Amino acid sequence: MNTLSAVWDWLTTGANWVGENGVWHRLEQHLVLTFACLALSALIALPVALTLGHLGRGGALAVNLANVGRAVPTFAVLVLLLLTPLGRHGQWPTIIALVLFAIPPLLTNAYVGMREVDQDVVRAARGMGMTGTQLAWRVEVPLAFPLVLTGIRIAAVQLVATATLAALVGGGGLGRIITAGFNLASTPQVVAGAVLVAVFALLMEAAFELVERRAPGWVRGRAR
Amino acid sequence: MTAPPPDDCLARNDWICGEYLSTRRQILLDAVLQHLQLTVVSVALGLVIAVPLALLARRRRWTVGPVLGITTLIYTIPSLAMFSLLLPFYGLSATLVVVGLALYSLTLLVRNILAGLNGVPTGAKEAARGMGYGPTRQLLTVELPLALPTAMAGLRIATVSAVALTTVGAIVGYGGLGNLIYAGMNSFFKAQVLTASVLCVVIAVVLDLLLLGAERLLTPWRRASRRARVRSRAGAGIRRLVAAPGRRT
Repeated sequence: MNTLSAVWDWLTTGANWVGENGVWHRLEQHLVLTFACLALSALIALPVALTLGHLGRGGALAVNLANVGRAVPTFAVLVLLLLTPLGRHGQWPTIIALVLFAIPPLLTNAYVGMREVDQDVVRAARGMGMTGTQLAWRVEVPLAFPLVLTGIRIAAVQLVATATLAALVGGGGLGRIITAGFNLASTPQVVAGAVLVAVFALLMEAAFELVERRAPGWVRGRAR
Repeated sequence: MTAPPPDDCLARNDWICGEYLSTRRQILLDAVLQHLQLTVVSVALGLVIAVPLALLARRRRWTVGPVLGITTLIYTIPSLAMFSLLLPFYGLSATLVVVGLALYSLTLLVRNILAGLNGVPTGAKEAARGMGYGPTRQLLTVELPLALPTAMAGLRIATVSAVALTTVGAIVGYGGLGNLIYAGMNSFFKAQVLTASVLCVVIAVVLDLLLLGAERLLTPWRRASRRARVRSRAGAGIRRLVAAPGRRT
């Protein structure tokens, strides 16, 4: 097939990998954006989710946040943020949109993880005289960890996808190769960019899968 | 002498603008229609593929792994990449968007139909067999109706996700309201971007409610035990969220 060999040619041309618009630079942007936003959203979502889960409050919040999140198009939020005064500040619209959409999976999974801790275990810990804080840190959080990790995996893969979409509003990352390909009307470049993004997303998923499988027992637990 | 520039919300480029709604009614209507068509056709296509896949996975146990694995793999690919990967096959067409969205809906649909079928109580199946029902009749009149609530939950999530994802189709010119958002971004037309975004969410909510209504109509036996269901709903709702894979972007 003609397109296939053209895509291969694009991917194996060294000039496409170096420089400001090269694959390496775009990959670096994509990685930085993904992990910076993952850290930021985890910093916001996890303390809230673990506290609410421990107290047993806010279940409706967790459910509704996840439901509403699905109905809101990421692309629309990216463009809306771009047109606000924030849009003049470089990457901020992208970062805010990414963090906003990474919070629901982190929050719901951590919350459910805390809620699903076996109540007999909780009662036993209380019977041993543990205080609320001790119970949370020594019993509930370790038992909830598999689901927390699942939330982090879902958020990370989603961040890779959202970072790709950010290219549509002028953000960096691998998506830029695709949008540039569309602007040049170059199908080989569009497809080559898509292959790179797809491989990156699948590798991210596989990496987390590996962590979940190889991690010590208490981390793995009953993840999924 | 030239007339002074009009001082309306369009000229001021306000976010909310009644003038915009009245002057661009036709454009908005066309975009909503295209959005609905793309969403509904793609989810319907997804359903047509997902039902046989789920039935196959149930009949032949060894196919469960590959079917779930491959559909999950597809779901991992970001939407912009998915539409771009289909470009050599379909070009800049509505078909490209429909096929891409249908592929995404497969994961949610297959998982939920399978979960629904697996959740049918053994007693119900044995009773049907005892009454002399053949496998096909048992499937159509006993198992599928009992699997319906779980399957419908998947269909609702798939539909709501598809509404949001259709906007990305703007990259190939078939994004329904996404086209207006894309054009509005390039011209800094705030009213158009906000109106189209809000309409997207409205479409998602309306379709979700319609499917919920259809589910109620199709499962009259569940209405009888409403009070019991309300009590167990909160816990089940939370659990279902975790079973479903994350949202697609």
